[in-house]
Amino acid sequence: MAVSVDKTVSTGPARGRTSPARRTSGRGRSVLEIALLTVLAVVMLFPVLWMIETAFKENRDVYAIPAKFFNFTVTLDHFKDVFVDSTGRSSLSTAFLNSVVVAGVSTVLATVLGVPAAWAYSRFAVKAKKDQLFFILSTRFMPPVVVVIPIFLMYRQLGLIDNKLGLILIYTAFNVPFTIWMMKGFVDEVPAEYEDAAMLDGYTRLQAFWKFTLPLLLPGIAATAVFALIFSWNEFVFAIFLTSSDSVRTAPPAIAGLIGGTTVDWGLVAAASVVFALPVLVFAYLVRKHLVAGVTLGAVRR
Amino acid sequence: MAGIEVTALHKRYPDGTVAVEHVDLSIQDGELFVMLGPSGCGKTTTLRAIAGLERQTTGDIHIGDTLVNDLPPADRDIAMVFQFYALYPHLNTRDNLAFPLRAEGLPKPEVQERVEEAARLMRLGELLDRRPHRLSGGEQQRVALARALVRRPRAFLMDEPLTNLDAELRADMRTEIKHLQGELGTTMVYVTHDQVEAMSLGHRIAILNKGRVEQIGTPLEVYDRPASLFCAAFIGSPPMNLIEVEVADGKLRSKSGLALTPPPGVPRDRSLVAGVRPEALEVTEPGAEGSVPARVISAEWLGDEIIYVVDHGGPRDVRVRMAPTIRFAADAPVGLRHTGGPPPVYDVSTEELVA
Repeated sequence: MAVSVDKTVSTGPARGRTSPARRTSGRGRSVLEIALLTVLAVVMLFPVLWMIETAFKENRDVYAIPAKFFNFTVTLDHFKDVFVDSTGRSSLSTAFLNSVVVAGVSTVLATVLGVPAAWAYSRFAVKAKKDQLFFILSTRFMPPVVVVIPIFLMYRQLGLIDNKLGLILIYTAFNVPFTIWMMKGFVDEVPAEYEDAAMLDGYTRLQAFWKFTLPLLLPGIAATAVFALIFSWNEFVFAIFLTSSDSVRTAPPAIAGLIGGTTVDWGLVAAASVVFALPVLVFAYLVRKHLVAGVTLGAVRR
Repeated sequence: MAGIEVTALHKRYPDGTVAVEHVDLSIQDGELFVMLGPSGCGKTTTLRAIAGLERQTTGDIHIGDTLVNDLPPADRDIAMVFQFYALYPHLNTRDNLAFPLRAEGLPKPEVQERVEEAARLMRLGELLDRRPHRLSGGEQQRVALARALVRRPRAFLMDEPLTNLDAELRADMRTEIKHLQGELGTTMVYVTHDQVEAMSLGHRIAILNKGRVEQIGTPLEVYDRPASLFCAAFIGSPPMNLIEVEVADGKLRSKSGLALTPPPGVPRDRSLVAGVRPEALEVTEPGAEGSVPARVISAEWLGDEIIYVVDHGGPRDVRVRMAPTIRFAADAPVGLRHTGGPPPVYDVSTEELVA
């Protein structure tokens, strides 16, 4: 059934692949590749490693000159400081909680709104469908930052400034078009005949969607939701413009807020950043199968 | 079991596309009725309207004595087989078959009995515990047919069910479907774009074009007297030769002088085209009696027959079906003559059968 195309396509110069000359050059190339990739990895990963190291260093080691790469005392104090301070729960931990609420709710909302919309655009003859889809996509043409001032003014009128609901709404608004477009591709891949057959078997259209199409869409939904979640989790510009109080702020502006006093507690900044980065990494790791399945879904033959 | 009446069906989509212009069909109880036409002719939309998967814009559909316009698909008591089989991917064959019965709420023993029966009928024995992705295309199609069978519906609707199978399997399944329908005696509406399938399966064929019915008739009627130039060109492989003719001294004559027996009642005051089947023409030695001079352009050697493409001085080359023993070289000067009975004659401007 699923014979891949490359099998049938002639592999004419297959002999060349096994010739000694090719192999040597291949090996030479791979050495160079590995070297370059190593350099790239070091350059890219060094800040991350440095952040993780700093999070575990005592303050005097953080500021030590020359910098200590290996011989420092490991401490978890900074992590403790992320969650608790002298008054009890720290403002950073509140910010993390806010981030969880805002990113979680906006992702759920975008998925709940976007998936049925994508299904409808894929399955039904809608008037001016292409124009509508283009309009939906066009809301993502500009960088979001362009609209931050008008949004700020509107939000002030509506009393949504410094309000978690405000952030949830704006993140949902940015994620819905993305969800619709990405999910429409996935829905297109699921043959409509499943729903037709289910409807003939005694289900309503919605039941048919719920029982047959939706389970087949789960990998796609997982992939889409992860992207939406990462966007909402990482978003900084709107968060810093639209929120100010500690009780509402999400983690990105809260962490940024740690920098700027007379002294900067880099250990705390690093620890907060590690805590901030972890959930998304863990989440992406957990759904990695679905992510791959989602990204390669289009390759499956009907 | 029940007949199906489709009256003045019209389907227009919200984006303005008209899928079905006007279709009337009267399908008898127990009939294997084929809807044939090129893609986009409205045959599938008509079928989906009968199934209830599309709501027609106007027009009525009766299944048996019931007006089903506003009934959801589930309440129409019909089963459909799809081009892509539409087997539920997460269920094995047995559960796929049992699914519609469980949805109906039948008691377990009866579900099991009916599944066994359908599996026996479609010879699915060892496939019962496999999931669809472990079945070949032909096996999937047999399961899809069995899933339609278990319901014991009033009518089967088939939407190009054999299109995705390879040629050999398609011929086998064709026989199987025809046999099955004969055995069960259930009304079947079969949609296809393959005229061979239509001819070999149908009790009657409806030829659709641009959302309208061009002709309804038995396979032989449709083959012998296509109702329009479209039908003439659509049925038969190679298709009918359409030769421009005039009425002269009691014969139909082409520009090249080829004489055809005229059917009764040929109008004289219009420009006419005769539809001549390839087997109603004959390539002869040059100068044979009743022949016009012609030249062989090419020959397709099909084993059991030879299709000659012949230039006889008309605006279009004609195709002639000959026995494989009668051989002429390409480019050879030959004769061409008409051997069959009176051909159907069409009006060039209306494209309709006039005699």
